[in-house]
Amino acid sequence: MVLDSKVPEGPLAEKWDSHKFNVKLVNPANKRKFKILVVGTGLAGASAAATLGELGYEVEAFTFHDSPRRAHSIAAQGGINGAKNYRNDGDSIYRLFYDTIKGGDYRGREANTYRLAQVSVDIIDQMAAQGVPFAREYGGLLANRSFGGAQVSRTFYARGQTGQQLLLGAYQQMMGQVNAGKVKLHTRMEMLDLVTKDGEAVGIVCRNLLTGEITSHSGHAVVLATGGYGNVFYLSTNAMACNVTAAWRAHRKGAYFANPCYTQIHPTCIPAADEFQSKLTLMSESLRNDGRIWVPRDPDEKRAAKDIPEEERYYYLEEKYPAFGNLVPRDVASRNAKTVVDQGLGVGPLKNGVYLDFAAAIERDGLDKVWERYSNLMEMYERITGEDPRETPMRIFPATHYTMGGLWVDYNLMTSIPSLYACGEANFSDHGANRLGASALMQGLADGYFVLPYTIGDSLAGKLGTDPVSTDDPVFADAEQAVRDRIDTFMSINGTRSPDYFHRELGKLIWNYIGMERDQNGLEKAIAEIRALREEFWKDLRVLGNSDTLNSSLEKAGRVADFFELGELMARDALDREESCGGHFRAESQTPEGEALRDDENFAHVSAWEWHDADTPQTKHAEELVFENVELTQRSYK
Amino acid sequence: MSNTLNLTLQIWRQEGPNAAGRFETYEARDIPDDASFLEMLDVVNENLIEDGKVPIEFPHDCREGICGTCGVMINGRAHGQEKGTATCQLHMRKFSDGDTIAIEPWRAAAFPVVKDLVVDRSPLDAVIEAGGFITAPTGTAADANETPIPKEAADSAMDAAACIGCGACIAACPNSAGQLFTSAKLWHLNSLPQGQPERFKRTEAMVETMEQFFGSCTNHGECSEACPKEISLDFIAYMNRDYIKSKRVNRKLAGQR
Ligand SMILES: Cc1cc2nc3c(=O)[nH]c(=O)nc-3n(C[C@H](O)[C@H](O)[C@H](O)COP(=O)(O)OP(=O)(O)OC[C@H]3O[C@@H](n4cnc5c(N)ncnc54)[C@H](O)[C@@H]3O)c2cc1C
Ligand code: FES
Repeated sequence: MVLDSKVPEGPLAEKWDSHKFNVKLVNPANKRKFKILVVGTGLAGASAAATLGELGYEVEAFTFHDSPRRAHSIAAQGGINGAKNYRNDGDSIYRLFYDTIKGGDYRGREANTYRLAQVSVDIIDQMAAQGVPFAREYGGLLANRSFGGAQVSRTFYARGQTGQQLLLGAYQQMMGQVNAGKVKLHTRMEMLDLVTKDGEAVGIVCRNLLTGEITSHSGHAVVLATGGYGNVFYLSTNAMACNVTAAWRAHRKGAYFANPCYTQIHPTCIPAADEFQSKLTLMSESLRNDGRIWVPRDPDEKRAAKDIPEEERYYYLEEKYPAFGNLVPRDVASRNAKTVVDQGLGVGPLKNGVYLDFAAAIERDGLDKVWERYSNLMEMYERITGEDPRETPMRIFPATHYTMGGLWVDYNLMTSIPSLYACGEANFSDHGANRLGASALMQGLADGYFVLPYTIGDSLAGKLGTDPVSTDDPVFADAEQAVRDRIDTFMSINGTRSPDYFHRELGKLIWNYIGMERDQNGLEKAIAEIRALREEFWKDLRVLGNSDTLNSSLEKAGRVADFFELGELMARDALDREESCGGHFRAESQTPEGEALRDDENFAHVSAWEWHDADTPQTKHAEELVFENVELTQRSYK
Repeated sequence: MSNTLNLTLQIWRQEGPNAAGRFETYEARDIPDDASFLEMLDVVNENLIEDGKVPIEFPHDCREGICGTCGVMINGRAHGQEKGTATCQLHMRKFSDGDTIAIEPWRAAAFPVVKDLVVDRSPLDAVIEAGGFITAPTGTAADANETPIPKEAADSAMDAAACIGCGACIAACPNSAGQLFTSAKLWHLNSLPQGQPERFKRTEAMVETMEQFFGSCTNHGECSEACPKEISLDFIAYMNRDYIKSKRVNRKLAGQR
């Protein structure tokens, strides 16, 4: 199959408008004749379900959570970008577009990114109308801040709970449609397979997590808004239940998986305290505005941080990057932390962190000022570690946070399977090889509110007068049987190790070989070791209890099984991409100063992988990226 | 290095919604005091699995105190003894070596047990569905800055909107009343200019849906004490005021048609 991105012709700024005019429309009276299945009710899914319901489609929404309000979107703290230029500081749609393309290290699609910047403006309006209590100035107008090193203040926020407030807005809007009878909501339902007929998506198979019942659901289109796959690392800032299963099942049914090796590692997380650690907690990057990052120069240092004299401290970011200092981009900050920890300079009981020190800021601005700025983060830190950052420096270390890769989609957000769409973090579309802070919430809502509801009509219009494929069709029976067989297998292996054990071991492989720095040798090892561990998983897994009640071990087993296959593909993709770009750093491809070195001649493309079977490596399809508006430059933060 | 604790746990086990439940006793050994409460349960579960015993189901997801999924009664208190702390944010250093800890699911008739420590909280969604939204279809919104909102009002709406929907308020209440949850959502939406057109319709519908599921409020205040976000009791007073008014206003509006 040739990858057709369906990017419309014409000047960048006019593409979306002309596309909206050219896509087929479904007449308002006919919309109710179409059933759309939306899987996932985070920001992307809830906003899509609500909007499709408002437009008049029959929508069924599915989530494995007990309520849509629990989706992982709720955890986002920092904010959401919008090119409103309310601060009059020179922001514009073009600037947000440019920053996003550049921030993604020129590995994103220009047209998608421009559209994202365009609709960012409408998102803020829509969310304010939904009653999202954004932070405000005394005059009553919306407040903004600069986020993640941006040169303009374009980030809107609601205390440290922006994701929560946006999700509540989208969830409530969707519940309004549930109330109106336009959206049927299925909670505690996990999609375990995609059903296709003649190469087209026709429905899904789900397991009811409370009763174990397996059911089929059919529709004219299926939308996956099932989030990212950061939990493949085991330890990440993602919620415990985040997983790749929905996207992976679609991949196995023919949807191409794009750029799986693009993962974002966030520099300011709390390091693991012990081997039982189940997840890592992110602290807002804003801490780097005032905190100074350092490690002791002596690997055998035993003194408490405050007793180490200035000249024996290694302020490695300030020394290496005098211009940007502690505010270098996420990937640079993360990689440098890893370097010093690998050199044995790490701090804390497990020597797995670096200091983030507020002493200088406290001396300069006074304790009150610093506390006012960061009290909620400092309290959170103290709650988790038992240490007071006003007295002793925080300890931080990078953790996996976001995945730029995902299901390949065209400009309409349709995957390589006709009638199957992907929205939000589940798709690969808008961030290239690295995502700017405060842009994931924006993308999820852009997709769900303003893009998909238009573009989906294009494929639906041709189906007017046809019913969805009946769930009595053998394609559904076959898919259901496959799901049941897989569950029976998990229940009957009767080995000795829990799904968590395998997840943790897999996570270590991924972190060590496909983490912040990758090289050929390590990636080849990763593939072999992941395979070996996967074999062990299928022989030695232990799932206790029954499959007809709530059984989180069983749920976990299915998710871990899919993470194994994904992990291998991540390694393959990273191996294939013999350049460094954004969140993907290949040790073999660096500048003399040790910075990421792109290879635009050979790798200015999207790698979209096609599934064959569990023992045959996927085939790569390249979508060449065309840059008509921006000039590709090498990043430098010296 | 962190210290370790040895604990005795008394945990409610119940196979399913219709099964009889019972307390089981477990020993948790060598728990690092840096571990979170839920990580302690993870360790217990790993050991159970190793011994071939069915692990304990407990609710959790974000483990950052924001998604509202977690929540168990710890020694009889919703989310345990720490103020303003969700179960997932509780750390073992708040306990002492040798402690016995009783762990039960949320206790409320409206929240039937699904399995072990997990309950069904779907009535909370039903209350939201009844009116916990602002009808503003996608695409209809005016520029966000066309409606200025005094900072104090926005902050107060945010105080209410901080509710994470965990249900601790209901579990802690001797009457299993849903007032704190419902009133927090009502104040969030009713206090904003965008929420005015539907204010009284929303209030009447949400309060009456709440009453279908939950008990009556007798002003104990246990809800706010247990709330991991320390949502204020004041919102209940605002709700009561709006509810009384809604009876009159809604009838008048109906009469105008
Ligand atoms: C700690 C943290 C902080 C962040 N802060 C920011 C920030 O400040 N700004 C920003 O822009 N971004 C931030 N992000 C990123 C951002 O929050 C996410 O990328 C975004 O919210 C993802 O939204 P989503 O709708 O795509 O997926 P999610 O919110 O993850 O929703 C996924 C949905 O899919 C459902 N689901 C998944 N699989 C299945 C299945 N098989 N069957 C049924 N249902 C399924 C789930 O139940 C859920 O409803 C942060 C992320 C983290 C981890
Ligand atoms: S697990 Fe999310 S609030 Fe505790």
